[in-house]
Amino acid sequence: MVTLKINGTAHTVDVPTDMPLLWVLRDVIGLTGTKFGCGMALCGACTVHLDGRPVRSCVTPVAAATAKQITTIEAIGETPGGRKAQQAWLDLDVVQCGYCQSGQIMSAAALLATKPHPTDADIDAALGGNICRCGTYPRIRAAIKHAAGD
Amino acid sequence: MRRELSRRTFLQTGAAVGGGLLLGFTLPPLSPLSPLPPRVRNDGPFAPNAFIRIDRDGRVTLIMHKVEMGQGTYTSMPMLLAEELEVELSQVRLEHAPPNDALYAEPLFGVQETGGSTSVRGNWEPLRRAGAGARALLVAAAAQTWNVDTSSCHATGGVVIHGPTGRTLAYGALVDRAATLSLPGDVPLKHPKDWKLIGTPAKRLDSPDKVNGKAQYGIDVRLPGLKVATVAVCPVFGGKLASVDDSRAKAIPGVHQVVRLADAVAVVAEHMWAAQQGVAALDIRWDEGPNAQLTTADIVRQLDAASQKPGVVARKDGDVAQAMAGAARKIEAIYQVPFLAHATMEPVNCTVHVRPDGCDLWVGTQVPTFAQTAAAKVTGLPKDSVLVHNHLLGGGFGRRLEVDFIVRAVEIAKQVAGPVKVVWTREADIQHDMYRPYYYDRIAAGLDERGTPIAWSHRVTGSSIMARVTSELFPKTLRVMRAAGWHQLVAMVKGLDVDAVEGAAEPPYALPNIRVEYVRQEPPSIPTAFWRGVGPTHNIFVVESFIDELAAATQHDPFQYRRALLDQSPRAKGVLELAALQAGWGRALAPGSGRGISLLHAFGSYIAQVAEVSVSKQGDVRVGRVVCAVDCGTIVNPDTVKAQMESGIIFGISAALWGEITLKNGRVEQHNFNDYRVLRLPEAPVIEVHLVQSTAAPGGVGEPGTSAVMPAVANAIFAATGKRIRKLPVKDQLRPA
Repeated sequence: MVTLKINGTAHTVDVPTDMPLLWVLRDVIGLTGTKFGCGMALCGACTVHLDGRPVRSCVTPVAAATAKQITTIEAIGETPGGRKAQQAWLDLDVVQCGYCQSGQIMSAAALLATKPHPTDADIDAALGGNICRCGTYPRIRAAIKHAAGD
Repeated sequence: MRRELSRRTFLQTGAAVGGGLLLGFTLPPLSPLSPLPPRVRNDGPFAPNAFIRIDRDGRVTLIMHKVEMGQGTYTSMPMLLAEELEVELSQVRLEHAPPNDALYAEPLFGVQETGGSTSVRGNWEPLRRAGAGARALLVAAAAQTWNVDTSSCHATGGVVIHGPTGRTLAYGALVDRAATLSLPGDVPLKHPKDWKLIGTPAKRLDSPDKVNGKAQYGIDVRLPGLKVATVAVCPVFGGKLASVDDSRAKAIPGVHQVVRLADAVAVVAEHMWAAQQGVAALDIRWDEGPNAQLTTADIVRQLDAASQKPGVVARKDGDVAQAMAGAARKIEAIYQVPFLAHATMEPVNCTVHVRPDGCDLWVGTQVPTFAQTAAAKVTGLPKDSVLVHNHLLGGGFGRRLEVDFIVRAVEIAKQVAGPVKVVWTREADIQHDMYRPYYYDRIAAGLDERGTPIAWSHRVTGSSIMARVTSELFPKTLRVMRAAGWHQLVAMVKGLDVDAVEGAAEPPYALPNIRVEYVRQEPPSIPTAFWRGVGPTHNIFVVESFIDELAAATQHDPFQYRRALLDQSPRAKGVLELAALQAGWGRALAPGSGRGISLLHAFGSYIAQVAEVSVSKQGDVRVGRVVCAVDCGTIVNPDTVKAQMESGIIFGISAALWGEITLKNGRVEQHNFNDYRVLRLPEAPVIEVHLVQSTAAPGGVGEPGTSAVMPAVANAIFAATGKRIRKLPVKDQLRPA
């Protein structure tokens, strides 16, 4: 049995300790906002926060998350960085198919939480691991600057 | 229900179940090639093929026959309806249409499909007419209620107003009476100057749920008792399963079952992690079949041999042989483009529950009726017993026009008690995609003394996606024939693939003697499919690179050279000039940098792009800026057009620089985003989109951005380095020797 604190709620689940957090969230607990894209930390669609830091849940064994506060896209709007990112995404109509956007917003929210006024280089570093096949990159960059009020 | 038939749009009205107004309308074939006009039928039951429902609370529901895969159709379709219905966009709710070609066929195809950049083109008029008809009924209902003349009433914001007295009635209060009225014969559409929504950058209706994790894609389905499966497919195309030892897999906690198929093994488990571990623990022997040694080079050799024979004629104007013989100079080249995977962010997946008396599918698909037909065939159930619950698509790009993964999921589900979600890993998604074909093109031009092309010959060689799709469409032949038109069908019977030559057969330039041919050559067992930009994505690269070659060979500026050939095509000339102007064509760039231009006329739109690239000493290309001029006729939502250009450009740059599926020992060599590289945020160019205001019929915008950017980048590389890119991807072609 593993107990996880997800979005402020404790969940006890019967899963192997090496099971990636992604599949615990999606297939066991039912939080499907966190997406499967590559399974190898190559695309960032599965990004969640552990104690406010972005991690790729597809390669994070559940054992590494037990003592941490896990935040997913479903609750990121309750953080200042997440709320700002979501609003900026709406203001600039960033999304297209939308599948990668949970991960994009989780990366952006973590960036805004640590760097309220990120530079282009900061954005490149924080979002470079999140792939979008619809090509929303120019709007993601603009939305992060918009969220920062820059 | 009563029926009123107008010349262009059939509308019928009636009371909705549970109260309210139900309005049905058909989407007549609009293809200019179609010689068969929509027939007015007065006999038998009338079946409309899209529905609007207005409830007593005033809420408007559009039963959407189009799917949303990022292109913005969930916003542009309601905009067309809301404009004429005189409601706020926020009042319109969407429901996925169930599979039914008779009701929901795309007018430009004859089947229920979202693809080919057709949604606005095909529905531009029918949806506005439906909105206008419904509005007229509601206004008439209000006039009747007040016992006043209809002409003294008008509608706005979901309310009918009696002008002289200022009395108002909301639509919700009028629907029951409206449902009893006859549709007026001909309701005029609004004049463009009166549009409130069309032409405005209305916000996407699907955004809110896509920023908070609520949006439901096929992969997100949750059902009681749901199991999850993933598959190992024979790595060699055309191979079969010989034997499998599943004892280790079955010992893994959470693994329920191992399912054997002819060429694959699936592990059914409690969750994806157990399923993946189960697949990894299988001891499989494959019968690799005849393609076990196949490499890309073998396929290219076959294409090269086939390309030396004459093909089916797609276009023939003048006398190319004679003009070529009299030319002052002849230039010829071979161009090649690779197999490509779609790599949608949502890996393909399908959830299926097969029962003795029926089958349910939960999936994101561009072709719900094909999905239904395919599931009926695999299960032996009647089509009516197959329910398709369509979902948002985590990317389409042509991948979800295919039902191979749905067929596979149903084959697995047939052996499973209860519902099962079959999810492809990224590796399986890339290695068992249906690929954009490898095309091999021979192209030649004869030039006069001034360098003007007087002879043009282009032979396209490659797989025919259309031939496969047409044979699969056979049961729907009549409707498809009507949509395609006899001209295209006769050509197809002769062996021409109209898609494979689209963008090649009709370049916008003045070419007095032109011959374009198609040679069909199928790669052994490798499945091919449409990919964003379809025919034009391959042909525009070839034509626009080659016209650049002609300019360079005759010491002409590539922009001016094109421009001089466009006197007969003012819209093409217009976008070319606009792109050049906005890009600062001719202004100096840093050493190692270059500017390239391209022009496209396809999908009913005109696009010109100027790309700026820099090439490092190591031969790495960076696309720094793309300027894009678009004339897509009347613009429904300018922000959607811009977003689709940005999207198409970035999608195309990934493919131009790195996109390539290669084969060795019959296996795809790429696995995941590490070796099927795509553009990332730090590598994305600045993109500037300039829209031409126009009152012409709307053109498509989802695909042409991709088709136009590849030659713009290749031509910019030539400007920067002097190296002509005749084979995609660019990859390491610029590495110093």
